[in-house]
Amino acid sequence: MTANSSKDIAITTLLSVGQHPLSARPRRAEEDARALEVMLQFAPASMKALHAGDTADAQNLTVLKDYLGMGIPSIDVIPTSADSDAAEALASYLANAGDGQPHILLTGTRSEVGESSGFLPYLLAEKLAIPFVPNICDILSIDMAAGVAEVMQSLPRGQRRKIKTQLPFVASVGMAAAIPRQSSFGAARRGVINTVSSIDTVADEAQTAWKTEPARKRPKRLKVVKAKTAAERFKAATAKVQSSGGEKIYEVDKAAEAILKLLKEEKVL
Amino acid sequence: MADYLSQIIFWLGITLITLGVIGAMRRIRLWRQGQSSTVHWKGLLQIPKRYLVDLHHVVARDKYISNTHVATAGGFVLTSVLVIIVYLFGIKGAVLNWLMLFSSALMLVGAVFVFKRRINPPANLSKGKWSRLPYSLLIYSTTFLLLALPATGLLPDYTGSYLMIALLSVGVFWGFSEMYFGITWGGPMKHAFAGALHLGLHRRQERFGGGRSTGLKALDLDKDSLGVEKPEDFKWNQLLSFDACVECGRCEKACPAFAAGQPLNPKKLIQDMVVGMAGGDTAKFAGSPYPGVTGTYKGGAIIPIVDTLVPANTIWSCTTCRACVEECPMMIEHVDAIVDMRRHQTLEKGNTPGKSAELLENLKTTDNPNGYAPDSRMDWAADQNLKVFGEDTQQADVLLWMGDAAFDLRNQRTLRATVALLRAASVDFAVIGNQECDVGDAARRLGDEATFQRLTKDNIATLSKYQFKHIVTTDPHVFHSLKNEYPDFGGHYSVYHHTQFLAELVQQSKLKLNSTSLGDVTYHDPCYLGRYNGEFDAPRYLLESMGISVKEMERSQRRSRCCGGGGGAPITDIPGEQRIPDMRIADAKEINAGTVAVACPQCNAMFEGVVAPRPDIKDVAELMLDATVFEEAH
Repeated sequence: MTANSSKDIAITTLLSVGQHPLSARPRRAEEDARALEVMLQFAPASMKALHAGDTADAQNLTVLKDYLGMGIPSIDVIPTSADSDAAEALASYLANAGDGQPHILLTGTRSEVGESSGFLPYLLAEKLAIPFVPNICDILSIDMAAGVAEVMQSLPRGQRRKIKTQLPFVASVGMAAAIPRQSSFGAARRGVINTVSSIDTVADEAQTAWKTEPARKRPKRLKVVKAKTAAERFKAATAKVQSSGGEKIYEVDKAAEAILKLLKEEKVL
Repeated sequence: MADYLSQIIFWLGITLITLGVIGAMRRIRLWRQGQSSTVHWKGLLQIPKRYLVDLHHVVARDKYISNTHVATAGGFVLTSVLVIIVYLFGIKGAVLNWLMLFSSALMLVGAVFVFKRRINPPANLSKGKWSRLPYSLLIYSTTFLLLALPATGLLPDYTGSYLMIALLSVGVFWGFSEMYFGITWGGPMKHAFAGALHLGLHRRQERFGGGRSTGLKALDLDKDSLGVEKPEDFKWNQLLSFDACVECGRCEKACPAFAAGQPLNPKKLIQDMVVGMAGGDTAKFAGSPYPGVTGTYKGGAIIPIVDTLVPANTIWSCTTCRACVEECPMMIEHVDAIVDMRRHQTLEKGNTPGKSAELLENLKTTDNPNGYAPDSRMDWAADQNLKVFGEDTQQADVLLWMGDAAFDLRNQRTLRATVALLRAASVDFAVIGNQECDVGDAARRLGDEATFQRLTKDNIATLSKYQFKHIVTTDPHVFHSLKNEYPDFGGHYSVYHHTQFLAELVQQSKLKLNSTSLGDVTYHDPCYLGRYNGEFDAPRYLLESMGISVKEMERSQRRSRCCGGGGGAPITDIPGEQRIPDMRIADAKEINAGTVAVACPQCNAMFEGVVAPRPDIKDVAELMLDATVFEEAH
């Protein structure tokens, strides 16, 4: 593998309109901006940014401009309304992209507003029938000849894990990735928003049956500090949690059974 | 034989003046590389007055050099006029000879003092070509003195002394070369040629005749490229102003960033702009470098400045305190140039250093620099029962602008004190509460004109909904922006700094102050109240009204040293050898001050960050609250 060949690939980043937790104003979604930063830093031959959403909303456009300000020359926008299924629209756009289909599709781990289920990358990976790597913080290398990429996955407590995966794949980028670069007014002004009009949107049937209400505040577990020394506190903050009990199940059927059993025990089902 | 000499002087004069005119054309062409800007033709007629009054006023802060300059420059101009009359136009006369004797003698006296100053020059003076100038001045003046002496009959004619003729010819050649040729070809005398034109065509005409012009110029956000990337992006009159620099280094002596060992030297910055405009490299600069920066940098009119000609950290070290502009005898606007370059870095490159990107993002999403919830701006006043515009009232005499102090525990104390004082004086006031946005001062000085203009427009829209007579604020940065920068966007208000407003209340006996015994108190002039807005008296009047006799620090009033908190400097946080607030508190310790009275939340934050033992830091309003006589409630 040479350095050049690793750049000779196509990456697409999905961007959403985020929301500031205190002011509730639309903004660059923190994780999506990090995903874009991962792509810009890796600087592959083909970079694309993709957004599915309401293009008529002026505030959404301002946020897309903020993404453009990071230095990506254009964003493709699939116009979707609030009651349509963004996953369907994105999947059909990507599936029909032909040669334009990216080797790597980057997303955030979950959107900052709306359903915020974090399910979109899973759905896209399923629909495109490619692997999904959750919560990465960097793309380390790509071997085009072998069709394999190495990414860094971030785990709790600052732990990192290198993962090798086959191309193409979907990966979500978490908050452990590099802080996104500043958005510049000039680049935002020069950037172009291309509306993709050929995509049929599918109404989100399930959504129509849902009732939404404001989230209620959940009680927080009190934090009891057991550590007596600085060394113990440091260890508590960083050490890997040792799992106790549990078992590793490799057969799919048995694994599903075990999950089902746990859900029943926890009275989820 | 005198005819020989006259012939020599005639032809040398014609040749070198012609070359000088060609040089002037070339220089003008360099300035014209810049962007268009209003040409203040009328200003050209004002040049003599501006030189004799405005410029001399600044030079005269150093009596030695002002007297020296009057003698040298006055003698030179008069001598040169006489040289042209006598030797080029051939008009002779006893009066002219005596005048020539007087003027060249005057210039010689000046030149001797220039020479003396250069024997052991202070660090702020440039060496190099500037070390040659005293000799040139001595030679020019001596030559024409020696020519005038026999002409007036005081000495016998030099007839027959070929050595004398040869020496005088060399003197004329050297003198003319430096003074008539070098003046337009980049010699040290360039400052006279460019300086005179700069005084006439200055971009801020309001500065002359005792006026003030300190607000930053608005940037047209629809232009193709924003801010200054390369020297030709400056306005032509800014390029002209750079050429006026006489490298006296007064800016360098006044610059807090330079003193703190951060990589900024205003004098070198201006000289680097000259290098950029004319093309070349910085090797010939013979003054103090940017602290900690070594090596030679190259520049050209169409070559990007930052990181090619000037290190990025140089433009981000500036606190925009304006001490350099205040000290500059040539009235060069260093801060304008720095902000112009910052604008390009921020708006086009997205390259604002340190935590600035976070600050600018916070301003976008929460309207305050630290990202607090916008609807928590009034939390500090939960127990204050303040009237809020739009909720409790539509009009009041005074609108109290809270500023970012509302989110800061320390500066909330100043706000509380101000509220208590306004109440004690029965002032009808209200706040705009959570509708208030950051005024945009920091964003603007960090080069983010887009965010500044957005905040400005939002604030002006909010203010237009209510009726009030005055705005009062405890923050000089807010004061400056609302007073001097909002008018460009249609916001015209009567703005008071709280010390000004409280001083009026005390004068009108609406507030009664007791004497306090605080020990030694000094007052630190905030840049944006003092140098930017000329208010030195109101805070001192208030302190004196409390029976405090203010002990002045060495650098005070116009020459006050910055606290290090302006221009986004605490956020860009460019490393240096020491911290600016530490130096300022050292100034206060030097006069054994027990309390430093301040009038700005930034100064407050910077000084309270200095490690103890140090003087107490108190806002003037806090001191007043302790001294106020509260009348019993009726």
